[in-house]
Amino acid sequence: MPLFLLKRLLTLIATLLAASVVVFWVLEILPGNAAQILMGPDASPEAVQALARQLGLDHPPLQRYGSWIAGMLTGNLGNSYVYSTPVLELVLERLKLTVPLAVMAMAMTTVLALAVGVYAASHHNRAGDVGLMAATQVGVAIPNFWFAILLILLFAVHLRWFAAGGFPGWEDEGVLGGVKALLLPAISLAVVQAAILARITRSAVLEVMREDYVRTARAKGLSRRATLWRHVLRNALIPVVTVMGLQFANLLAGTIVVENVFYLPGLGRLIFQSISNRDLIVVRNCVMLLAAMVVIVNFVVDLLYAVIDPRVKASDI
Amino acid sequence: MHRALRHPSFVIGSALTLLLVAAAALSLVWTPWSPYEMNLAGKLQPPSAAHWLGTDPFGRDVASLLLVGARNSILVGVIAVGIGLGIGGALGLVASARRGWVEELIMRLADFTFAFPAILSAIMMTAVFGAGIVNSIIAIGIFNIPTFARVTRASANAIGSRDFILAAQACGKGPWRITIEHVLPNIASVLIVQATIQFAIAILAEAALSYLGLGTQPPQPSWGRMLSEAQTLLFQSPMLAVYPGVAIALAVLGLNLLGDGLRDLLDPRLTRKR
Repeated sequence: MPLFLLKRLLTLIATLLAASVVVFWVLEILPGNAAQILMGPDASPEAVQALARQLGLDHPPLQRYGSWIAGMLTGNLGNSYVYSTPVLELVLERLKLTVPLAVMAMAMTTVLALAVGVYAASHHNRAGDVGLMAATQVGVAIPNFWFAILLILLFAVHLRWFAAGGFPGWEDEGVLGGVKALLLPAISLAVVQAAILARITRSAVLEVMREDYVRTARAKGLSRRATLWRHVLRNALIPVVTVMGLQFANLLAGTIVVENVFYLPGLGRLIFQSISNRDLIVVRNCVMLLAAMVVIVNFVVDLLYAVIDPRVKASDI
Repeated sequence: MHRALRHPSFVIGSALTLLLVAAAALSLVWTPWSPYEMNLAGKLQPPSAAHWLGTDPFGRDVASLLLVGARNSILVGVIAVGIGLGIGGALGLVASARRGWVEELIMRLADFTFAFPAILSAIMMTAVFGAGIVNSIIAIGIFNIPTFARVTRASANAIGSRDFILAAQACGKGPWRITIEHVLPNIASVLIVQATIQFAIAILAEAALSYLGLGTQPPQPSWGRMLSEAQTLLFQSPMLAVYPGVAIALAVLGLNLLGDGLRDLLDPRLTRKR
């Protein structure tokens, strides 16, 4: 295995471990006795103690942390304090919605942003460019949950093409029904992200178009379009991919909000229900999962550099 | 100054930002109606001469709520950016002045904090300490720290190799004195630009948190909360879900444009070729 990969991998593991310590400390040690919180201040001390024993809260913190980490590696996240079902089952069930939603939104973001960015750059300083850039400036300023509400107003309240929220599941109405229910949420996530990414794409493409090798490609008779696709875009992708990695974190945070706008039973809503139920073991595992996804995506982005840009060699990373 | 007035982003951005500040300042001394006074008999009224933007489901005047909401947004932005700039800026300067393992440690910590987007840390805080404006401001502030730390360090390091820093070193000034007397004034413009952008992000984050019920608590008016209340009434009063969103978007747009404008005007060398 190349040395840089090993180095990156070690950093990844260290970051994940540090994140788990923070999450455990904030959501397990800071709140105090979870059994007391669950049973309320009026519960008898004996009952609280019994519940604490049942939930395994009577062990020292270090041991609880150790068994949590071991549990994550073996797929045993413990049971929900409230539902008594395994946390892993709850989370996996909700991921069936959140992962497709995030993937749909990211795909839309990429397509929209690249199209707008490349178009604007190739029509530099003309009406199309100026108009699109003004639109992206507005897009960046719009909160995604408000855009979601506006979409509901237009497509659910006025036109009645879509339901105002909810999710039929993948089984009942098939894949198409599920995709339809996720369409508005995905659009509301994608438009705001695409506005940011389109601006980055445009400036990256403009930057590359000034390079000598682009002029050479044009001089040897390659058409504008072929130059754009074969030479400019590939080189412009490097900063674009970096930003996409960072955006994925925003997108995941965005799903928490947007799932609540559309009443979608995904990971975001699970976190919220668990907070109001004081089901801290579910909150802890969900927060850890989301933080891990952000860290892992950024790790993958780092590796992608080497694929996209042959100039990035092991020693650089 | 002349150049500033001909810079469209700067002009529009300053105008919108001034509007936001003016609305907040006005709400301190005057609002058309009390934003806390409920009048269930006069609920959900359409816009009229008495209630310019109508009333909400509790009969409160929407225009008054929007004005007071501006105050709330500014409060959140100022404190959250203050936390980020104060702590993040200091860490960035320390990293740049000390280099070596201190720099490495601070930057790795900054990388690590990126694993927790503002909403995620706010969720953790509210799960433990309960929902509220103070917790959400702290969460957004914490989220700002790594951004400011990185920007400060990067620009301080860029300044560090300039001749006038070498001259100061040759005069026998220590690293801390150089940092305070020479580096800080020279990177101030970069920090101001970043602060306007983070201010806009803070307003967006607070609105999202309040929409989720984690931020500003009733009866204190906030734009995010107004949107969550309006969402249950989309069929009866759709416009209630429009006004607060427009307010948020204009405030954020104004700050972003101001940031862009300031970047171009304060440091012409940094101007991206357009």
